[in-house]
Amino acid sequence: MNETTNDPIRCDRALNALEEIIDPEIGLNIVDLGLIYELDFDDANSILKVVMTLTTPHCPMGESITGSVKTVLKNHFPEMEIFLELTFFPPWNLEKISDEGREFINQ
Amino acid sequence: MSITVPQEELVKPTAHRVILPFYIYSALSFLIATSLLFFSSESVTQHFFNPKLLAITHTIALGWGTMMILGASHLLVPVLIQGKLYSTALAYTSFVFAASGIPILAYHFYYFDFGRMTQLGALLINAAVMVYVINLAMSMIKSKKENVHAAFIFTAALWLLITTMLGLLLVCNFVDPLLPQNSTYYLSLHANIGIVGWFLLLIIGVGSRLIPMFLVSKYSNASLLWVIYALINFSLLLFFFLFLYWPFSTWYFIPVAAIFVAIFLFMFYCYQCFKSRIRKKIDEQLKSSLLSVLLMGISILVLITLIAGYTLSHATNTVFALLYGFVVFFGWLTVLIFGMTFKTLPFIIWDKVYQVQSGKGTTPNPKSLFSSRIFTMMVLVYLSGFLMFAIGIFFASNTLLKIASFFLLVSALLYNWNVFKTILHKKIKP
Repeated sequence: MNETTNDPIRCDRALNALEEIIDPEIGLNIVDLGLIYELDFDDANSILKVVMTLTTPHCPMGESITGSVKTVLKNHFPEMEIFLELTFFPPWNLEKISDEGREFINQ
Repeated sequence: MSITVPQEELVKPTAHRVILPFYIYSALSFLIATSLLFFSSESVTQHFFNPKLLAITHTIALGWGTMMILGASHLLVPVLIQGKLYSTALAYTSFVFAASGIPILAYHFYYFDFGRMTQLGALLINAAVMVYVINLAMSMIKSKKENVHAAFIFTAALWLLITTMLGLLLVCNFVDPLLPQNSTYYLSLHANIGIVGWFLLLIIGVGSRLIPMFLVSKYSNASLLWVIYALINFSLLLFFFLFLYWPFSTWYFIPVAAIFVAIFLFMFYCYQCFKSRIRKKIDEQLKSSLLSVLLMGISILVLITLIAGYTLSHATNTVFALLYGFVVFFGWLTVLIFGMTFKTLPFIIWDKVYQVQSGKGTTPNPKSLFSSRIFTMMVLVYLSGFLMFAIGIFFASNTLLKIASFFLLVSALLYNWNVFKTILHKKIKP
């Protein structure tokens, strides 16, 4: 797992949920694609912070993907406020695709 | 829920309302152009400067090729220049000017009328291009990020403006002599600046960004792209100079050789992307786009033959001139548009229909919005028609040209069927 988190158990739950979201062009879910960088659970303030990227800045599907991330996480963690931070540092590259993702692309 | 992003990074993509009119117009123009070709296929065995061919060429180059590229570029500009499109109002204005100018021009060409209405058509097309250039320039100024792809797209737009301005001048020159020679003399200058300066430069600039993206390839080589950029522009400037000051010169081979090297380098670039791709399975749309790169090479070989004949005999060989135009517009450009339409349009429609539904259940794959079976059929019918037509030009066979143009017309119907199936897609409830 490349994602950093302060709560591995809930992070797994969140990642499983985020696997529902598919990048429509590549046809791979955003977790195996390596778009999720960080998941932080702040129980004191009921905030779930997601740090993620897109395959390219100004990705035409950017709004749709980030919108999906917020909706899916809110559905799975209704008690948390979802705080999404989009970053391009470090920029996404093909090395971020997981081994499972590479296999899936070529199925 | 909140979302924080560096403000310049997440911008709304260009609205589908801006892009779709260009795609629809382009699809219908393709149908009209192939219908005109079918009903006047015999005009191909005459001199290349005849009213019907003039109307068909402008319908295909402007209505089909340019409108599709303008539409796609409004979508892709934000990705290429890493900034948002400056103005959607200017994009609409550009569409309205071009959409009204092209049929006026083509209709009057068909009846060999170079009067005021033809001039109005050409003027409207110039206005459309001017508005597009302003929109592009302002988008780039606002984005403040420079890259090789942006340089390609902006320079191509400037060459398009030079092409359409020259076109307007040629139309006016038919009625009121403004130039030292008659308009037909400048046709090859007008055509080659349009083909190389607009289509080739833009397609390489956009293709070099999209091909690695679609192949999921890690290859990138900005220096190589700058070399290609320099070669194409050097070639165009030299061609311009030779045409005006040293016609019939053997020096014409220098710009042609520069273009040949540029295309070869672009093929090398595509090959490197292909070799280092992660996605091993290539879909039909991408195959079609890669085939167009090969056709780009073939068209330059025909051009070399044409120029060899021109410099030796000081006359243009009609068969090779027709073959060159046909391979460029009906080969390279059309096959590329086939692939790129179904690489972009389903995503535009998917985003329009399913964005509000994102994350609320499964949505169909964008690729299922069109029929891939019809797509494959269309490509096969088209390639058969293309090959037959090229042979028909070579042997001046009216029968073969008629059969071939029927194939091209059928493929245009299949293309339109698939485009409208995608555009009219209704939301599937989760």
